[in-house]
Amino acid sequence: MSQLASWRTGSTRVLPGFGLSMGISVLFISLVLLLPITGLFGQLAELSFAEYWAIITEGRVVASYMVTIGAAAVAAIINAIFGLLLAWVLVRYDFPGKRLLDALMDLPFALPTAVAGITLATLYASSGWMGGLLEPLGFQVAYTWVGIALAMAFTSIPFVVRTVQPVLEDMPVEVDEAAMSLGATDGVAFRRVILPHIWPALVTGTGLAFVRSLGEFGAIIFIAGNMPYETEITALMIFVKLQEYDYAGASAIASVVLFVSLALLLAINIWQGRFVRRLHGGKG
Amino acid sequence: MALPTIFRRSLIAIALGVTVSGTAAAQERELLNSSYDIARELFAAINPEFQAWWQEEHGEEIAISQSHGGSSAQARAILQGLRADVVTFNQVTDVQVLADAGLVAEDWQDAFENNASPYYSTTAFLVRKGNPKGIESWDDLVKEDVQMVFPNPKTSGNGRYTYLAAWGFAENEFDGDEEQIEEFMRTFLANVAVFDTGGRGATTSFIEREIGDVLISFESEVNNIRKEYGSDDYEVIVPPVSILAEFPVAVVGENAERNGNSDLAQSYLEYLYTEETQRLLAGFNYRVHNEAVVEEFADQFPETELLEVDEVFGSWDEAMETHFEGGGLLDQLQRR
Repeated sequence: MSQLASWRTGSTRVLPGFGLSMGISVLFISLVLLLPITGLFGQLAELSFAEYWAIITEGRVVASYMVTIGAAAVAAIINAIFGLLLAWVLVRYDFPGKRLLDALMDLPFALPTAVAGITLATLYASSGWMGGLLEPLGFQVAYTWVGIALAMAFTSIPFVVRTVQPVLEDMPVEVDEAAMSLGATDGVAFRRVILPHIWPALVTGTGLAFVRSLGEFGAIIFIAGNMPYETEITALMIFVKLQEYDYAGASAIASVVLFVSLALLLAINIWQGRFVRRLHGGKG
Repeated sequence: MALPTIFRRSLIAIALGVTVSGTAAAQERELLNSSYDIARELFAAINPEFQAWWQEEHGEEIAISQSHGGSSAQARAILQGLRADVVTFNQVTDVQVLADAGLVAEDWQDAFENNASPYYSTTAFLVRKGNPKGIESWDDLVKEDVQMVFPNPKTSGNGRYTYLAAWGFAENEFDGDEEQIEEFMRTFLANVAVFDTGGRGATTSFIEREIGDVLISFESEVNNIRKEYGSDDYEVIVPPVSILAEFPVAVVGENAERNGNSDLAQSYLEYLYTEETQRLLAGFNYRVHNEAVVEEFADQFPETELLEVDEVFGSWDEAMETHFEGGGLLDQLQRR
């Protein structure tokens, strides 16, 4: 009996209430997450596998995967580099306006994405401030693939900053100093000491940013130009299907995005578990 | 920097997607009109008139609420349970979807005059000052140096009209020769600079972002845009051949009955045919049927040959199936 109780509540129990809190959690997850997803698969059930396959491998849809994944990958890489830099600056230095910069980091979450998209398009169109400067130089941002990546980078940068930041905060400056005192150069200290520590967080943040970009619609649609085969994103393909009252078709394409996202997140989770185990295994 | 009002409005509209507005007191009967995106200003002008008229006729104070959004999205919302009493759409197909689902009477097009379309419009061009590219008709649009902006036919009824008008023109021009029509349409579609998802988005691209030489939209819309942004900077061109764009209305029978609004809904839509309302509609640059009003506004609406979808394409259903559905002609023409 006591054995069962300890299994149920786990070994790290401090406060009571496992049953109730777990029950509420499961109910909440079911209502907010599982129910809509079940609905999605319910609509999929209208399709035979051949129909499903035909929808998700249609030329224009496949072209949209390429555009979306390519742009999301570029956005994720940019965010990994600059997100890490931003987190570093926010954690390791004190400067006037630091709080403000920190708060600004959440802006992409707070701003309706459609507003972000319109703003970006206004800035980068040939009549806008940035577009007016860049276009004579031969860089076209708005209504190209670059604009899509830019919009994705904008909406997903907080994921990287906010996952790396707390890990960096947990890492005392003394660690860098210890590395230096043992003869490491700046570069070596960063690569061999700091980077391994924040690596899992950085990968998770980048992965989340990537997955977020795959599903983004509002911010991108205004800057993409939406030319078939060139700048159409997968979310637009879903929107088009809905416009045609083709719910099953929309669900089919959505399921592809869902599977890719889930697979990626799962892969990162598994990899992270192994990575951390190896890190700790090395110590013993 | 003050944003022009259309841009500001479209920004708000886009951000909110669909907004439901209205002034409903608890006791009053409330009529919900589900309408297309760019009809906000129009019904904001019509509704108070109707309320006053109803008050006078029946001594009852009523409230009217508006819901605006893309017309297909609106139809979808009603299918999924939005309890709108009447629909005033810009797409025959979107009312038909409701009729197919049994929410609207099957013979809805006979329920009111003129195919249940109290006003209509056509597809016209807005060009920049002085019409530098000399655009007068559809064949000027396939020239190599012309760039167009119009909404995506895949996501917008407005865009579908543009596509069908161009097709109808080509069919006349090439005497129905499929190969030549398709070649024309391929060039036509390749000259599109940006495919926005809706009419207001296309306006923003053309006006604010200064993309393209010509914006193609409803005649009513391009006239309103010109008025809004200064008559000196833009010119409206109505091509000699274009398409008849009907703006169908219907009572959503099931909802109106349940809401106890059947009489109100019927009167509301009939009211759109009265001379005063027709005059108001003409003021918003819609073409109307009332003869007195037509004469009064004759200067405002250049004569043009209006092709009908039913005649050129058989029916809306056929047009949708051959042209716009997945794998249809539009998809094939855009394939590369």
